[in-house]
Amino acid sequence: MHLMQAAARTLASTAIGLALLAGPALAQDASPAEAGNEVVDFKLDNGLEVVVIPDRRAPVVTHMLWIKVGSADEEPGKSGIAHFLEHLMFKGTEAHPQGEFSARIAEVGGRENAFTSYDYTAYFQQVAPEHLEEMMEFESDRLTGLVLTDEVVDPERQVVIEERNSRIETRPNSILGESLNATLYQNSGYGVPIIGWMHEIEKLNREDAIEFYQRYYAPNNAILVVAGDVDAQDVRALAEEYYGPIPANPELGERTRTQEPLQRTARTVTFNDERVTVPGYSKTWLVPSYTTADEGEAESLDLLAEILGGGMRSRLYQSLVVEQGIASSAGAYYRGTSLNETAFGVYGAPRGDATLEDVERAADAEIVKIAEDGITQDELEAAKNRYLRSIIFARDDQSGMANMYGSALTTGSTVRDIEEWPDRIRAVEADDIKAAAARYLDRSRAVTGYLLPPEEEPS
Amino acid sequence: MSIELKRIEEQSMSASGTGFWKIIGAAALVLTLAAPARAAVEIQEVTTDSGITAWLVEDYTIPMIAINFSFNGGSNQDPAGKGGLVNLMSGLFDEGAGDLEANEFQEALDNAGAEMSFNATSDALYGSMRLLSDNKDEALDLLALAVNEPRFDADPVERIRQQVLTGIRANSRDPQRQGNQQFARALYGDHPYARENDGTEEDVTALTVDDLRGAHERLLAKSNLHVAVVGAIDAETLKADLDRMFDALPQDAELTEIARIEPKLGEEVSYEFQLPQSTVQLIYPGMERDDPEFFAAYLMNHILGGGTFSSRLFNEVREIRGLTYGIGSWLANRDFSTSLAISTSTRSDQVGQALEVIETEVTKLADEGPTADELEKAKTYVIGAYAINNLDSSASIARTLLELQRDDLGIDYIDTRVGQIEAVTLDQVKAAAQRLLIADPSVLVIGPQASETETSN
Repeated sequence: MHLMQAAARTLASTAIGLALLAGPALAQDASPAEAGNEVVDFKLDNGLEVVVIPDRRAPVVTHMLWIKVGSADEEPGKSGIAHFLEHLMFKGTEAHPQGEFSARIAEVGGRENAFTSYDYTAYFQQVAPEHLEEMMEFESDRLTGLVLTDEVVDPERQVVIEERNSRIETRPNSILGESLNATLYQNSGYGVPIIGWMHEIEKLNREDAIEFYQRYYAPNNAILVVAGDVDAQDVRALAEEYYGPIPANPELGERTRTQEPLQRTARTVTFNDERVTVPGYSKTWLVPSYTTADEGEAESLDLLAEILGGGMRSRLYQSLVVEQGIASSAGAYYRGTSLNETAFGVYGAPRGDATLEDVERAADAEIVKIAEDGITQDELEAAKNRYLRSIIFARDDQSGMANMYGSALTTGSTVRDIEEWPDRIRAVEADDIKAAAARYLDRSRAVTGYLLPPEEEPS
Repeated sequence: MSIELKRIEEQSMSASGTGFWKIIGAAALVLTLAAPARAAVEIQEVTTDSGITAWLVEDYTIPMIAINFSFNGGSNQDPAGKGGLVNLMSGLFDEGAGDLEANEFQEALDNAGAEMSFNATSDALYGSMRLLSDNKDEALDLLALAVNEPRFDADPVERIRQQVLTGIRANSRDPQRQGNQQFARALYGDHPYARENDGTEEDVTALTVDDLRGAHERLLAKSNLHVAVVGAIDAETLKADLDRMFDALPQDAELTEIARIEPKLGEEVSYEFQLPQSTVQLIYPGMERDDPEFFAAYLMNHILGGGTFSSRLFNEVREIRGLTYGIGSWLANRDFSTSLAISTSTRSDQVGQALEVIETEVTKLADEGPTADELEKAKTYVIGAYAINNLDSSASIARTLLELQRDDLGIDYIDTRVGQIEAVTLDQVKAAAQRLLIADPSVLVIGPQASETETSN
């Protein structure tokens, strides 16, 4: 598999994230017998939003705390602080010194981790239901009780530098991807890598972390998601007991972001590397997200990505890989779950005697076809059906469900938006897809990245 | 959503895709200390009149069914000069079957609301389907066609072949892939485990449709089939469906015998490449799955470098010294070989220091064994983590039940493993550490001037 293609694939699969969101509406569709499995959400007095997703099939519960802050909220010059703080959150509190929380989770056979994205930071544990209370005790303590010393901060900075080495510096496709993002986003935080630029990570310190922590980590800036073998009323009582007493941060302001200016130029980014033997390209556009789009537009972009390049039934795959036989891979993705304007992308790699230029030209032609001639009703129905069945399959994965609710709710969607999503997908018409392609996938505003072997010019 | 940065990367598991499940399979079962009698899964054994057996977990919560099956004998069955045959075949089951050509087949599958996938590891050919129970018959008819009557039409064969070749070429200058391949050759010599499942450019180019048909006839049979099913289906219905899918297969597979092999120890492989960060892997002897000391070794490995934020290696190499982002160790149990592997990556000028810390920890565990407290905690983790890691969705339950059958662990394994783990003594774990960790490991370093940094071995 081509390096860039692999990266694009990953993006593509996560891009469908929102597509997998499910809710009570669907539960009714799928299986009316499921009383008691409705998603329940409520707010504590201190502003903490709580979402409970019951799934009683196995004695496992997923406890996730989502903070509505991500790398795109960082101050200039402090890139990487959101992610660095996420690492430092494992360094202990006054009540529970370093290592105690992790040791306790390991002791009960639980799983834990944390992750940072542009718009959110999340911490989770998966344990047997009888340990949920203890997880809440630890996690609520950590929400405002973190204690940091230079002694633990300094080695952790080295760990993050090694993480950047693993994820970016040693991977040609990541180096290109980072640069492509920095070119696509001209004014918003999405142009800065989540992990941070190396020269800025190196300077992050304890004070930076504490400042960021005190500013953003508060119950009125967080969402608690509990999925699995639990009862919503029990979760409410536990949440009240452990998270309830934590005071809200009165100084927490509106979440503001710098916005993208009108984009009028086509741009290209090229990376030549001796590790590359099969070239690849990725073409991206700035498009609205579920949060910024007009009604129905994000749903149209989701379906457009599916019809254009969502898998083996898509136009790009059928035309470039199967019929013309010029590509080893070709696809499209839309990252709709995003607080600000986001990316739509198309990617491909050649095979046999075909060149990268052939692949790019053929993919461009498929986009123009949709923008000018639209799609068939059959294509639309098939794509909708794939989305709707993916919602049923998604319910099989408890932590996946928790992730979907958490990421949607931290990027401006509501539980109701999630519940109504299948109906909004059903409402999309063929002309909406055509209009979305014509409006957004304009070659004269695209940003294209080329991953090439040494000494080769982009076509 | 989007690119997420996880604090810990999943440990990558050896060259073989089965490695992962072998390890998990080895880890065990459910039940935490506090929640005793609640069985997470109730497994039924279903056998048809024609002798096809499946393990079934009935669950009607979601209107879907997950089916996972395997045929023992994967890429290790590629004949000489035909490397990549089984891998290529695995890409062609959904490219036309019976009367349906590739496009018609995929359209029918899409209309049936089902998803099908096949893949080959060195030890087995795996297939799976997840389907909506309302469309069960349409979906299973297509699965039956794919398993029994793949067409291997010229067009799709050529297309998938070109995709495989593109993949091989794309890896040809990737230092990680090349370094790992060189290491596999050093460990396994001319054994099939030294080969890449994808095959070589030369071999894959020469594969023919007759080769594919031959492999299909030899390798897909009732004798080497295992099946696991989870979801909205009862035992009687499943019986008929098992026959529908598999009864037409020949009784016996024609498998080439594969020799058992232990990885060669004391080998040093340096793959030199200018990188800011080097990757390091150490290979020690492993423990057979049916060895009475298996769980002692499993617990010992967990203490050394198992998948938590509390292992000795995690603590010493990452937490205290900040030398790496990811470090871990695992028991890799393949059908014909076992090993204990340790892997990490670190800034290239720190490789010597990282190796030194690792070897200090290995030696310490071999010499002194773990503490009683460490062992107790390891036991509770390994017992409790089974449900979370292996039984948290229909798809993962089906994968787990399949591996339990492949490992011949018995349908009551999930119940018996708790007792087996609890019975392990501190002396047994010490003995296991002695048995595995005294050895002079084989070491792979991928990075700049690897030969110079690798001094501590």
